[in-house]
Amino acid sequence: MFKKRHVVSVRDLTREDIEFILDCSERMMPYAKTGVRVLQNRILALLFFEPSTRTQLSFDSAMKRLGGSTLSLTSEESSVLKGETLADTIKVVEEYADAIVLRHPREGAARMASEISRIPIINGGDGAGHHPTQTLLDLYTIKKESHLDDLDIALLGDLKYGRTAHSLAYALNMFNANIALVAPEGLQMPKHIVNTLDSVRLAENVDEVIRDVDVLYVTRIQKERFPDPNEYLRVAKSYRLTLRVIERVRENLIIMHPLPRVDEIAPEVDQTKHARYFKQAFYGIPVRMALLAILMNGAI
Amino acid sequence: MIPKKVKEELRVRSIKNGSVIDHITAGNALNVLKILDITGTTKAIVSVAMNVSSKRLPFGRKDIVKIEDRELVPAEVDKIALIAPQATINIIRDYEVVQKNSVVLPNVITHVVRCPNLNCISNSREPVYSKFRVLDSFVLRCNYCETIIDSDIAAYLI
Repeated sequence: MFKKRHVVSVRDLTREDIEFILDCSERMMPYAKTGVRVLQNRILALLFFEPSTRTQLSFDSAMKRLGGSTLSLTSEESSVLKGETLADTIKVVEEYADAIVLRHPREGAARMASEISRIPIINGGDGAGHHPTQTLLDLYTIKKESHLDDLDIALLGDLKYGRTAHSLAYALNMFNANIALVAPEGLQMPKHIVNTLDSVRLAENVDEVIRDVDVLYVTRIQKERFPDPNEYLRVAKSYRLTLRVIERVRENLIIMHPLPRVDEIAPEVDQTKHARYFKQAFYGIPVRMALLAILMNGAI
Repeated sequence: MIPKKVKEELRVRSIKNGSVIDHITAGNALNVLKILDITGTTKAIVSVAMNVSSKRLPFGRKDIVKIEDRELVPAEVDKIALIAPQATINIIRDYEVVQKNSVVLPNVITHVVRCPNLNCISNSREPVYSKFRVLDSFVLRCNYCETIIDSDIAAYLI
């Protein structure tokens, strides 16, 4: 059902698709550190037109754990510097590889590539756009470390521009989650997304919701979104997660963050039983291994 | 005093062959020409009437466009529904209306509206046309970056 499909946006996936990928990820888990040779002689092209160390390394690692190999192209490469279009690059690379991971500064680049390419395109992030494997690994983390059905979750931070939160909210809605959106004024989630959520609550302060949730998903508040640096400092401070903020939370609360973090979570929170962000980053490996195997082999 | 009938004819005379786009939302005649790619260099004889009185349209005003010797086909006229959902297209042969159609909003529109997101791949030098899904009347979603246009569509016409 998945062989040769493109993975561009979470919007393209049904709940059944997501459950299938998460089940495959669970079966891949035992091999995430030891490897399993199911993609021998297969080649994954990593086309990174903007730097993203974490995503690139984790796809590279996932492919190699599966016994396959990778080709890399970055925006420093000669064809790109000479002004070749992305469309042409895709047409060339599809002859060299079995699947492509594309990271591009322009939104919609992966969708366009998927209209051109005969081999699967996996969106590794397009500008401020989608990053579906991030959403899949977020869902896997929630399933593994908490529970997916009827979840109480709060999304915290820049919910206007941070599309990680948009995709996650969209996907969680398929699992009947109760979603609290906590954002500073001016950085709230756009109305057209909020309107698609069935059980949603808006808040400006994390204290209003933190005792009622199973998962707290923290995202970065970017400095460049604020014209006034003092305003940024004020907001960033009020959204910082410290030991004081997480007093009296649910016993089994987990805290997630797509990383890299700046000041959103104080380092002392890392030592608490609630922190899951480093585990979340590790889960990127089994999830991406599962996805690569089902896109190239149809099954694992 | 000029009789009423004569006054109307002075304003827009009947055409022998061609297309008449009637009931255009007042103020949108020039946008309709833009959608039909009718520019100052077009050879066809084109008449435009703006703010003509109308019993059917809001505020009692409508625009009309008449294009001589060109019969519009549904694929070109349906795009007009984006800005003038009540428009009708009359095909004229030998002064007679031989066909009368309403416009139907298509599900997907290609290369009609520019994506407002400057960082969208459809606004780059890649060989790709802008493409929008029509969600509701007057709500469009970019096929590439998923930006929503829900007001002032005419401002984004290519």
